[in-house]
Amino acid sequence: MAEPPQSSARSIFGSLVLIAVVIAGAAAAFAYTAGWFSPARLTPNKMVDALTPPTGVPLGHRRNHAKGICFTGVFEANGAGSALSHAQVFTRGQYPVLGRFNLGTADPNARDATVRVRGMGLRISTPDGQEWRSAMIDPPIFPMSTPQAFYELLLASASKDPDAMKTFAAAHPEFAAFGAWAKTAPWTGSYAEDQYNALNSFVFTDDSGAEHSVRWSFLPAAQPVSVSPDDLAKRGPDFLEQEITERVRGGPQRWTMVVTVANPGDPTADPSKAWPEDRRTIEVGTLTVQQIEPERDGPCRDINFDPTVLPSGIRTSDDPFPAARSSVYAKSYDLRTAEAKDYPRTATDAKP
Amino acid sequence: MTRGRQRFTPLQRLLHWLMAVCILAMLFIGVGMVSTVMPKYLTLVSIHKPLGIAILVLALIRLGVRLRYGTPPLPADLPEPMKLAAHLSHYAFYVLMIGMPLLGWGMLSAAAYPVVLFAGVRLPAILPQSDRLHTLLWNAHFYFAFVFFALILLHVAAALFHAFVRRDGVFEAMAPVSTHDEIALAE
Repeated sequence: MAEPPQSSARSIFGSLVLIAVVIAGAAAAFAYTAGWFSPARLTPNKMVDALTPPTGVPLGHRRNHAKGICFTGVFEANGAGSALSHAQVFTRGQYPVLGRFNLGTADPNARDATVRVRGMGLRISTPDGQEWRSAMIDPPIFPMSTPQAFYELLLASASKDPDAMKTFAAAHPEFAAFGAWAKTAPWTGSYAEDQYNALNSFVFTDDSGAEHSVRWSFLPAAQPVSVSPDDLAKRGPDFLEQEITERVRGGPQRWTMVVTVANPGDPTADPSKAWPEDRRTIEVGTLTVQQIEPERDGPCRDINFDPTVLPSGIRTSDDPFPAARSSVYAKSYDLRTAEAKDYPRTATDAKP
Repeated sequence: MTRGRQRFTPLQRLLHWLMAVCILAMLFIGVGMVSTVMPKYLTLVSIHKPLGIAILVLALIRLGVRLRYGTPPLPADLPEPMKLAAHLSHYAFYVLMIGMPLLGWGMLSAAAYPVVLFAGVRLPAILPQSDRLHTLLWNAHFYFAFVFFALILLHVAAALFHAFVRRDGVFEAMAPVSTHDEIALAE
C-alpha cells in the first residue's frame, strides 16, 4: 500500500464539506419521506388522534368501534361465488369464522342506545391457509367520499365551534345522504336483526382471470323489529351485548352473504355513493353465528379486522378507504396492544 | 501483494451494492408507509415484506461468503479507534441485516397477521400471538430502523472519508467497478 498522497488543507476541507453535504442531504431526504417536513400530510397518527372521544383515549381498546363482543361460527359457501372469484372461500363448503359485533364509537363505555352505527368484523379462514378479513357497518353508504374528508368530519364533529358541522355539511354535500339515513332509518334492538355492508368496493378475479368490481352485504335471517330510540334508551347500557348473548345461546343466528356486481361506470372509488338498485346480485353463502364470547377474554380481541387482508381472488379496488383503514387500524392495533395492561383480561392464565 | 487481498471478491462487491440499494429502499419505504393513509400505503407494504425477506436471504448468503473469503486488511496506518469502529460497524450491520427482517416477521406473527409475500405466497408464523411480544418487537423494529439509517450515514461518511481524504484504498476495496490503480484514482 502506498503512502497517502499529500493533500492540501484546502482540498481536505473541500472533501469534508462535500461529505457533510452528502450526509445532510440523505438525512433530509429520509426525514422528508417520513413526513417530518410535511405537517399537512394525513398520517395514521393524525387520524387516530382525531378519533379520540371526549371521554379520553380508550386505552387498550380499538380507537374506533371500541365497544364490541366476540363471536365464532361458520361461513357456508354455496359455490355460486366461484363464478366471480377463485378464492377458496367461495367453493362450496364450510369455513370457520371469527367475528366481532361492535358499535361505531370510540368510547368503549358508550351506552348502546346512543350509537347510531353498528358493525360486524369477520375473519374467514380457508384450508389453503388464506384469510379473508372484513369490517362492515349497517348504514347503506359511507358518510364521506375520501379519507381526507372523513378526517375533516372527525375534526368538525369534535370542534367547539357551534357552526362547525353546518359549515362542514355545506362544504361536503355527499354527507347529506348519510345524515338522512342516520335521521330516518329504523333502529333495531339486536345485532342479529341488522344488515352489515362492506361499503368499499373490491375486485374479484374469477378462474378465467376476468375481474368484477363488487361490494357485499350480510342480510339477517332474523326479521328486523323497529324500536324507537327512546325505547332503546330505557334499556341497559349494554343491552345489545346481553341480547345477542342470550339470543345465540337460544340458537345460532344467520346472515345471507350477497355480492353486488358493479356495472361499468359505477362509482367504485366512492363509498358515499350507492350503486343503482338493479345491479346483479349473487347469494354466495350463509354466515352462522354459533357462540358469543365477551371481548375481554375473547378470541376477537387480538385480531385486527383489516379489510386489506384478502385471499388471492380478491383485491382492493380504486376505493381509497381500504388502504386508509388498513394503515389506521394497524396504528390502533399497535397502540392498544401496547396498552393491554389498561384493559386487563380476567382469565388468570394471561399468557404472553 | 496480490490484488485479491486488496479488494473484496466480485461476489462480495455485488452483494454489497445490491443490498445497499435494497436496504436504502427498504428504510425509505418503511418510514414512508407508516406516515401515510393514501393508497400507496398498501403498495409500499406489499413491497416492504418480500423485500425484507429478500434482504434476509441475501444477508445470510453474504455472511456465508464473508466467513469463506474474509476481508482485505485495513491499512496498517489506520488509527486503532478507526479500526475498531470499522470492525464494530460491520458486526452491527450483520446484526441489523439479519435481525430487522426477523423482527418484522416476528412482529407480524405476534399480531396474528398473515405474512403474505405475494398473492398466495405466505410465510408461517414464527411466534404465537402476544400483545407483549408484539409491542416489544414493534418498538425494536421501529427504533432499530433509525439506528440502521444512522449507521448507514456513518458508513457512507467513513467511506467517502477514505476515498477523498485518506485515499488509502479502503473505498476502492468495495468500489463496484475495478479501478486499475488506487493511486491513480487518488490523484
